[in-house]
Amino acid sequence: MSDHHNHEQAHVVEYGKYIFVWISLLAFTGITVSVAGINFGNWTIVIALLIASVKSWYVLNYFMHLKYEDVVFKVFIFVALLTLGIFIALTFIDYSFVR
Amino acid sequence: MSSSTQAHVVHRDDYGSRMGMWLFLFTELLLFGGLFIIYAVYRFVHQQEFHMAAQELNTTIGMVNTIILLTSSMTAAMSITAMQKGNTRFSMALIIVTILFAFAFMVNKYFEWSAKIHHGIFPGGKELLAKPEGEILYFGLYYVMTGLHALHVIVGVTIFLFILAFIRTGTIHQHAYVKLENAALYWHLVDLIWIFLFPLFYLIH
Repeated sequence: MSDHHNHEQAHVVEYGKYIFVWISLLAFTGITVSVAGINFGNWTIVIALLIASVKSWYVLNYFMHLKYEDVVFKVFIFVALLTLGIFIALTFIDYSFVR
Repeated sequence: MSSSTQAHVVHRDDYGSRMGMWLFLFTELLLFGGLFIIYAVYRFVHQQEFHMAAQELNTTIGMVNTIILLTSSMTAAMSITAMQKGNTRFSMALIIVTILFAFAFMVNKYFEWSAKIHHGIFPGGKELLAKPEGEILYFGLYYVMTGLHALHVIVGVTIFLFILAFIRTGTIHQHAYVKLENAALYWHLVDLIWIFLFPLFYLIH
């Protein structure tokens, strides 16, 4: 095999693991739907986004294989999310003064 | 079938290929991110109207579509495992199942949008324009964001059709499947966006 670099991180994720992740994702969907019926006031949106973030974490790590990728990929994603976070924060800082 | 391609040295960089795909996905993140910021600000300003407007959406259809996309994401991921194990036919079957789920998603979307449009709730529609400003903004964002997402579903299906063709011609095989991996990455992004669209549009009561 001449292209050793290409295959050094080929990681085979077993079907069983995907099924486990899928069941977890369905469970979190069930939780977010049933919790939406309860009135937590301003916390409702926080709880909904928190559950969505947990689901995203599962999709990113297992379905998108981030868990088995180089650390560089994780740094990239951190920077991308941080950038988006800064945009959101700056928008809201701006908006709270406009009102 | 796959052993014949091992005879000569192939210059390729799967690592760089995947990295390029991730970089592209970040541009998608910012595309949808901008829309999510608009949503956040308008919801902040028009809380009551957003709650009223969200009552019009069918939570059941939203939930069924969530389950469809999550399941299709799993079958897409599994198709890589099947390819890595050299089980080409099973890999293709899983991709076809993924495409069928995408069609089911679009059929639901069609019925959902048709019902709204039938009730006059569409951009510029008489019934919608009679509503308060916040509700008009909500439905504007609803059509733009779920519409752009649906466009991504169609693009995802197109990509998977190319992947099927590549597998048939032998371009993708047990030892060279980075195209399949990147197609699956795109599909998972479509799933990720829906994970946030679902609670933000369907679950505010």
